[in-house]
Amino acid sequence: MGSRRRDIPEINAGSMADIAFLLLVFFLVTTTMDIPTGLQVALPPISEEPPPDSKQRKREVLEVLVNAGDQLLVEGAPLSIDRLRQKTMDHLTNEGKDPTLSTTSTKAVVSLKNDRGTSYDMYVQVYNELTAAYNEVRDEYSMTEFGKEYSKLDPTREKEKIKQVKAKYPKKLSEAEPVSLGGN
Amino acid sequence: MAKFKKDGGRGLPAINTSALPDIVFMLLFFFMVATKMRDREMKVRTQLPQATEVEKLEKKSRLHYIFVGPPLDEALGTTPRIQLDDAFAKVNQIQEYITLKNSQKDEKEIPYMTTSLKADKVVKMGIITDIKQELREVNALKLSYTASKAVDN
Repeated sequence: MGSRRRDIPEINAGSMADIAFLLLVFFLVTTTMDIPTGLQVALPPISEEPPPDSKQRKREVLEVLVNAGDQLLVEGAPLSIDRLRQKTMDHLTNEGKDPTLSTTSTKAVVSLKNDRGTSYDMYVQVYNELTAAYNEVRDEYSMTEFGKEYSKLDPTREKEKIKQVKAKYPKKLSEAEPVSLGGN
Repeated sequence: MAKFKKDGGRGLPAINTSALPDIVFMLLFFFMVATKMRDREMKVRTQLPQATEVEKLEKKSRLHYIFVGPPLDEALGTTPRIQLDDAFAKVNQIQEYITLKNSQKDEKEIPYMTTSLKADKVVKMGIITDIKQELREVNALKLSYTASKAVDN
């Protein structure tokens, strides 16, 4: 038996590489590399009741308006998009100092209103700046409180800290029903 | 050709290629893990806007896709159209689509379903707003404006 076993020829594995290459090429062709990334939004549920914050004091609300020409109006005055983030951060961290901005961060609201003719690109940029402002003030607060950025807090082990930051700077970004101001 | 014969390899030893499949398989597994299947044919152009605050979408299985953009086929004009799966759709078909897709999922997963809205830069907000309204109607409240990561300055 021993001598016969020695006679069994080696299995030719040379074509194995060809098979693997074939599979590899198949996967290269049929797959894509991009990981989906995006700005996360929570839409408000539809409710029959009128919005409760209609009596909200005007100074708590930062009104952001984007028209069909992709121009920005913040609190009734034109503003360039580069300065929107700083303006929003000022509003959120005002704590009653400036009489035109919010009294406390917990009450501060950002209201975004756009036209039906606003371009999606502009809208995403504005939304991005507003989100960035929230993220930055949360990061700053978290840094002074816990010595760690908000975005770096562990969602499983540091739940309480995240809750505290969220309570301090609640993301109240309301979107008004869009209007058609023309100029489509 | 005698050189390649098994018993004639006295002069030049054959190069050992037995590790080659291993190397290729390694590459294969890398691509299988790092990429995702291209599962639909695009009918509209979606040149994504850029944003700095983008977040990665966690689970691919928990995503609905809606594409909006001008048709790739130029004969169809440049008016932005909505694409659901492999076909053009109208705004009023979105509710039906989301409901159908949700019915194929586990009930526990439905609250976590996110709609990934892939829209072209040039699309106007009117159509986006209509889509958002439709999504609210079917209680699909998690939305993601798909954008590519821009470098923060």
